[in-house]
Amino acid sequence: MTDQDERPDAQAQDGGRDSAAATATEPKPDNRTEEEPSIGQRFLRELTTGSTALTFLSVVLALLIGAILIVVSDPDVHAAASYFFSRPGDTFAAAWTSASEAYAAMFSGAIIDFDEYTVGRALRPFADTLTYATPLIAAGLAVALAFRTGLLNIGAQGQLILGAILAGYIGFAVQLPPVIHIVVAMLAGFVGGAVWGGIAGLIKATRGAHEVIVTIMLNYIALFLLAYLLTTDAFQREGEDLPRSPFMLPTAELWRPIEGSRLNLGLLFALLAAVYTWWLLNRSTMGFRFKAVGLNPHAATTAGISVPRSYTMVMFICGGLAGIAGATQVMGTSLHLHTSIAEQLGFDAITVALLGRSSPVGTVLAAILFGALRAGATTMQAQTQTPIDIVLVVQALIVLFIAAPPLVRAVFRLKVRATTPVAPGSGGLA
Amino acid sequence: MTETATRTEPERVEPDSETVLALRRNWGPPIAYLVLGLLALLVFGIFAEGGKTATFGLSTRTDAIQLDPLAVPAKPTSIVLAVGCLLATAYAFWLTSKGRRTPLWLPIVFGILFVLSFLSWAVGGAAISLTGLLQGALALAVPFIFGALCGMVGERSGVINIAIDGQLLFGAFLSGVVASLSGNLWVGLIAAPIAGVMVAWLLAIFTIKYFVNQIIVGVVLNVLVYGVTNFLYGSLLGPEQETWNSPGKFGKLEIPLLSDIPVIGPVLFNQTIIVYVMYVVVAVVHVALFHTRWGLRVRAVGEHPEAADTAGIDVNSVRFRNVLIGGAIAGFGGAFFTLAQQGIFSKEMTAGAGFIALAAMIMGRWTPIGAVFAALLIGFADNLQSVLGIIGFPIPSELMAMTPYLLTILAVAGLVGRIRPPAANGVPYIKS
Repeated sequence: MTDQDERPDAQAQDGGRDSAAATATEPKPDNRTEEEPSIGQRFLRELTTGSTALTFLSVVLALLIGAILIVVSDPDVHAAASYFFSRPGDTFAAAWTSASEAYAAMFSGAIIDFDEYTVGRALRPFADTLTYATPLIAAGLAVALAFRTGLLNIGAQGQLILGAILAGYIGFAVQLPPVIHIVVAMLAGFVGGAVWGGIAGLIKATRGAHEVIVTIMLNYIALFLLAYLLTTDAFQREGEDLPRSPFMLPTAELWRPIEGSRLNLGLLFALLAAVYTWWLLNRSTMGFRFKAVGLNPHAATTAGISVPRSYTMVMFICGGLAGIAGATQVMGTSLHLHTSIAEQLGFDAITVALLGRSSPVGTVLAAILFGALRAGATTMQAQTQTPIDIVLVVQALIVLFIAAPPLVRAVFRLKVRATTPVAPGSGGLA
Repeated sequence: MTETATRTEPERVEPDSETVLALRRNWGPPIAYLVLGLLALLVFGIFAEGGKTATFGLSTRTDAIQLDPLAVPAKPTSIVLAVGCLLATAYAFWLTSKGRRTPLWLPIVFGILFVLSFLSWAVGGAAISLTGLLQGALALAVPFIFGALCGMVGERSGVINIAIDGQLLFGAFLSGVVASLSGNLWVGLIAAPIAGVMVAWLLAIFTIKYFVNQIIVGVVLNVLVYGVTNFLYGSLLGPEQETWNSPGKFGKLEIPLLSDIPVIGPVLFNQTIIVYVMYVVVAVVHVALFHTRWGLRVRAVGEHPEAADTAGIDVNSVRFRNVLIGGAIAGFGGAFFTLAQQGIFSKEMTAGAGFIALAAMIMGRWTPIGAVFAALLIGFADNLQSVLGIIGFPIPSELMAMTPYLLTILAVAGLVGRIRPPAANGVPYIKS
């Protein structure tokens, strides 16, 4: 089931030419059959009707709805609205101030702070954006790669936690020379996540259990495991009752190039993970198998590809990618293990992968966008007291909108051409 | 769809009866029972420290009929109960060897015996109030039961609902806000199902009208509800608590006579209105699903939508309606958090109850009765870990808390019984 979500478009576009053929498992016959347009034409059309436009409009729409939420919950607006009928202008002015100030603060917190005097300091917000984006890139890849194989990896959260546990332990408890320490801890993070993902893949492959249920449950188990470990002597900071580990040894800390910013070498590892995923999907035999299984498991079986082995293998790799996200969190950002080390990253990763349309490049860009939202919202909360949770709303809305192209098209009265499917479908639970 | 194409192959080779039997035999469940039964016998029974007494309080101070606390010798009791487990196991082996399905009551009986055996071992040398334990278990299980019923109504018609948690949370949120603003708990209670329906409507629109993947919409809707409720909590409910977030809570209604039954009475019949409604909803969903024309249609849509369509049932409108009904149930259940338990809304107060509800639904094999028992078991385990923490039980509470999730994985891996979701679950129906 690759493209039910865009079926209405397929119909509109093909003029009902092959409504029967466009169903379910078959990939949509796209415009390749039509006359090849020139590069310029293609570029123009992509810009106005393609997935780029769709994504952009979705973001705009989500931010607009976010603005409405900010406005209706602002006490200043309430005060102005109480005399709305005598001076309606005040209400609108207050609403405009409320929303524009919030978003201005968000922008200055995410991209450039114009109030700073040096270029380095002015760009520090962008460094924050990249810091937030780092784990989202790696964890987003973990979800995206699974999507491409037809699996829904809801378990990035748990895989990330396991990665953080292992990498963190190597980081604070094992003495190793510099550089080697970082590499070993990073590998440990990969292995931790990979084992957790591999369990889900193995159960799916051998017992046919639905990966969504298994990964959701593994998330909880990972969380309790972390909580438990942080009460044991091996993990808990000496002489403390709080559930947190000792700090990373200096040799295991990821280098921070910008003073005063938490941006660290983890970004490089996350980008390497993206390159690896790109290579895997586009240049390797294994990735070809994964994609074949994702497009049509029956056909893949007929072609001699072992579907169960692909499921196990891909979940192993996905888990590893999420594990790297956990490792960057613990070795680069927080520098110690604590119970909320994973925040909501594993769930944000799902939205990142969806927005990035399950491609490595798209995932990186989506992670940077969501990182920017997160960094900006932190500043926004500090400056305008708008709760940071507005980010969750905007994030969820963006994904809902890009998942249903006809909706955005209807809102903007545009002809938006649907392109790559957002995610694969899946069968019943369990 | 490809599945239908393969189903109607012209020549059908009838496999011989022995192959059919071998295929139907699933040795997973009996083996899992055996392992657990032996664990109970050895750890809780034979190798446990002898000479301890486990004391269970059977009455609370306010009960009309006062019963003496039940004091049992811990070790022999555990052994007897574990032998009971093994007998159930033997029955499961016999059934499987005959190629017959294990009935639903078997895992329930096994679970109860196993838990009691464990309890007798864990409480050995100490005393706990059984009534209190069960009261706490039920209180924890209420949202799970509502959530599981919500999921079931949707999935029986073929729509997977991962957004149960969001529906519970939004029910909790709106009921709290409306009750605070109106100053009337009952108005808040009416708002709760409406909140659930709002979330469910989004789920239905996106999955049934726009054919977006059901699981993805569910996950995203959860994020949306977390975001909206957290945001409004931060901007309104937190700062202006007096106006927006002071609903108060329902008192407990004691049902005369029934509440005087020892142990069970105060647990089941001294509850808030929400719990009584839950009993009704469980019964109604059970009867409606399995004994009415409506239920037959719903199940037909969930199992074989093409056939249902041929028979003149409008598949997608059945699904749409069921998702909304499910939303109403979950939303109402959400009110339990604010209007019965806390008396105030707090951030993400469902704490993932919707996902546990999903687990309860699966372990209960998509039946209301099964789901109720699964939810009670999970609630019991949850409550037990906090009670055992107080009496100084050696196993860390974090590890105990994993149990329901581990059990769910074992269940979906086919080790607790045959688990089969509705055949068309999660598959959008596109009329061709």
